[in-house]
Amino acid sequence: MVNFLIVSFLLFFIGLWGVVVTRKNLIVILLSLEMILLSINLNFIVFSVFLDDLMGQLFSLFILTVAAAESAVGLAILVVYYRLKGVISIDFISLIKG
Amino acid sequence: MYLLALFLPLLGFLVVGGFGFAFGVFGASFISLGCVFLSLVFSLVAFYEVGLNHSVCSVKLGSWFSLGSGNIEWGFLFDTLTVTMMVVVTSISFLVHLYSLNYMSSDPHLVRFLSYLSLFTFFMLMLVTADNYLQLFFGWEGVGLASYLLINFWHTRIQANKAAIKAMLVNRVGDFGLLLAIVLIYYYFKSLDFAVVFSVAPFVKDFSLVLYDFEFNIITFIGIFLFIAAVGKSAQLGLHTWLPDAMEGPTPVSALIHAATMVTAGIFLILRSSPLIEYSSAVLMLLTIIGGLTAFFAATTALTQFDLKKVIAYSTCSQLGYMMFACGLSNYFTSLFHLVNHAFFKALLFLSAGSIIHALSDEQDMRRMGGLVKILPFTYAVMVIGSLALAGFPFLAGFYSKDLVLEVAFATYSLDGLFVYWLGTLSAFFTAFYSTRLIYLAFYSKTNSSKTIMSGAHDAPLEFYIPLTLLSIASIFIGFFLKDMMAGFGTGFWQASFFILPEHYVYAEAEFLSTFLKLVPVIFSLSGMVFAFVLYKTFLFSRKFYYIFLKNKLFRDLYFFSSKKWYFDVVYNQYILKPYMFFGYHITFKIFDRGIFEILGPTGIVRIFKDLAGGVSRFQTGLIYHYIFIMVVSFSLFVFVFIFLRGFNFVIPDVVYVALGVIIFFSAPFLARVRNFFRISEFNK
Repeated sequence: MVNFLIVSFLLFFIGLWGVVVTRKNLIVILLSLEMILLSINLNFIVFSVFLDDLMGQLFSLFILTVAAAESAVGLAILVVYYRLKGVISIDFISLIKG
Repeated sequence: MYLLALFLPLLGFLVVGGFGFAFGVFGASFISLGCVFLSLVFSLVAFYEVGLNHSVCSVKLGSWFSLGSGNIEWGFLFDTLTVTMMVVVTSISFLVHLYSLNYMSSDPHLVRFLSYLSLFTFFMLMLVTADNYLQLFFGWEGVGLASYLLINFWHTRIQANKAAIKAMLVNRVGDFGLLLAIVLIYYYFKSLDFAVVFSVAPFVKDFSLVLYDFEFNIITFIGIFLFIAAVGKSAQLGLHTWLPDAMEGPTPVSALIHAATMVTAGIFLILRSSPLIEYSSAVLMLLTIIGGLTAFFAATTALTQFDLKKVIAYSTCSQLGYMMFACGLSNYFTSLFHLVNHAFFKALLFLSAGSIIHALSDEQDMRRMGGLVKILPFTYAVMVIGSLALAGFPFLAGFYSKDLVLEVAFATYSLDGLFVYWLGTLSAFFTAFYSTRLIYLAFYSKTNSSKTIMSGAHDAPLEFYIPLTLLSIASIFIGFFLKDMMAGFGTGFWQASFFILPEHYVYAEAEFLSTFLKLVPVIFSLSGMVFAFVLYKTFLFSRKFYYIFLKNKLFRDLYFFSSKKWYFDVVYNQYILKPYMFFGYHITFKIFDRGIFEILGPTGIVRIFKDLAGGVSRFQTGLIYHYIFIMVVSFSLFVFVFIFLRGFNFVIPDVVYVALGVIIFFSAPFLARVRNFFRISEFNK
């Protein structure tokens, strides 16, 4: 149980770390977000088994769906952005600079 | 009708000043001239009724405002003093209006000029008709304003600007004195009405005011401030510096404001306050000494001035000194008599000077005149009449009033009386000298002007003829006509306008002075004339004389002392103006206004918020990983606070959350400055 939690914790922070430090590529950020979501899914499933409650697995299914939709939207935005700007490097995405 | 005399010039000002463009030059001239003329007629009626028929009249127009226990009212008092002043003001104002029509005819702003003249007339009438000190102060400030506007009438000239500001600022000292006097009067008398103040005055004459362990008699105290006010307005020694500079204004203005009427406002204030200051021998003494010194100072300064108008301006100053010391010796009748005479002959002098200036294409320097007697015979005639009247030539206006002033001064047999008698007599000599010098340089000497100017010179046009003729008639006869009425022994003309303590009343003594003593001022005057004429005719243009003059150091020093106006301006500039300007710029302006107050005040706050906003906006780098980092950090912080602290049953007040939020918000800019932490790539800089 604890090992599972440690794995999901590590996955979560690796994902978070990926989001924070990535400066090259939007795709990497999307991947990292997927990783965060998956780590949380893992958490849900572990607790679902541990507590013998089906609700957790149900939630993980929902999250998978939402994650799929989110990555689809993210990729769509990415494609459009690439068409417009010609780059997908994070360093150049600063349109909302104050 | 009395009020109409007062408000018609205001009407003239409003109509001409506000809608002058609708009437054109002719219409505007007609309206303003008509208003002032009607005002003159009504003033004459008032003079007949109040002055000659002794029916003093007071009009209350209602409450102005309430002040504690006192109620200040709009009220007008028409007693003999008032109506006499009214006649003087309106008659000279009318003549000056008429004169200006031609004098200023080539000026595009003639209409504005006339409206200012009307405004001045209104304020001056307001000043003389007021029945309380505050209303008098209203008129007082109003004439100051009108004076400023008119000196600065040609406002594109820097000299006019400077003179106007100087007049305003120097007068401000006097105005402040009057204001303090009013405050003190209100404090002690609980009223500003002349009627109340003057009837209470005998009962408070022994009251005193303790200030820093010094005991002052309150009437002396009030009187000193009234005296300062009069010094400012009437250009007495110390605050006289604005008057010669005020000659930058158009000449009709000099005639009306700076010779005949406004500068006599200070004398009027003293005359009006006679029931008050009569109880303070210290103030009377002060008036006497300063008046006598002014008369002497201005007369000596006028000896060496070369600007035609400045000579006459110093002469005005000198004559005001005579009036002042006559007041100081309690000869209020004589003082006012001299005021009236002076108003006429000085207006005449200024207007004829204006005629010369006009004829010579605005040339004011006497060294560049000369030989005008053949070209401007009429101007010459009136100028001579004015000068003779000023110098006190027998049986002209000045002879009756000035010599009476001196005579009564001698008759006091007091030290200050004798002091000013001799100063005044010497001044009479100088007066005659500079008057003759003026006439000699302008009219008799060989001309120094250019041919084009001299060939274009022309004598007075019709609009000049009328005022000059009327004023010269007045200058010749008015002293003779009015002497017995105004300053005769035991005259009842003044009724209760003035109050003289019995021990100060010296007319009887003056009547019995020996004839020789009475003739001394005349002898001095005549010898001054002859001396000046002989000096200028024989010596002054010879090379030999100049050689002697230049060799003699004493002569030279005396000459410079006089021509530099006793170095008053130099001393003021060096020791008063400069430190004040330094203080005003470096300390109050730079350190306080633009320094402390701005940093602590609006500018500082604006700057703080601008900096903060700049920081906040710099915080918006637009880079996704920055936002995510902040999100993660703050989220972790909140998780820490929520879970860990609450987990230990640690009760956290809401304030802490708010404070935390605020701290994070405001620390954002500072966080943003730590850019290296984020390792921003080169592209974002």
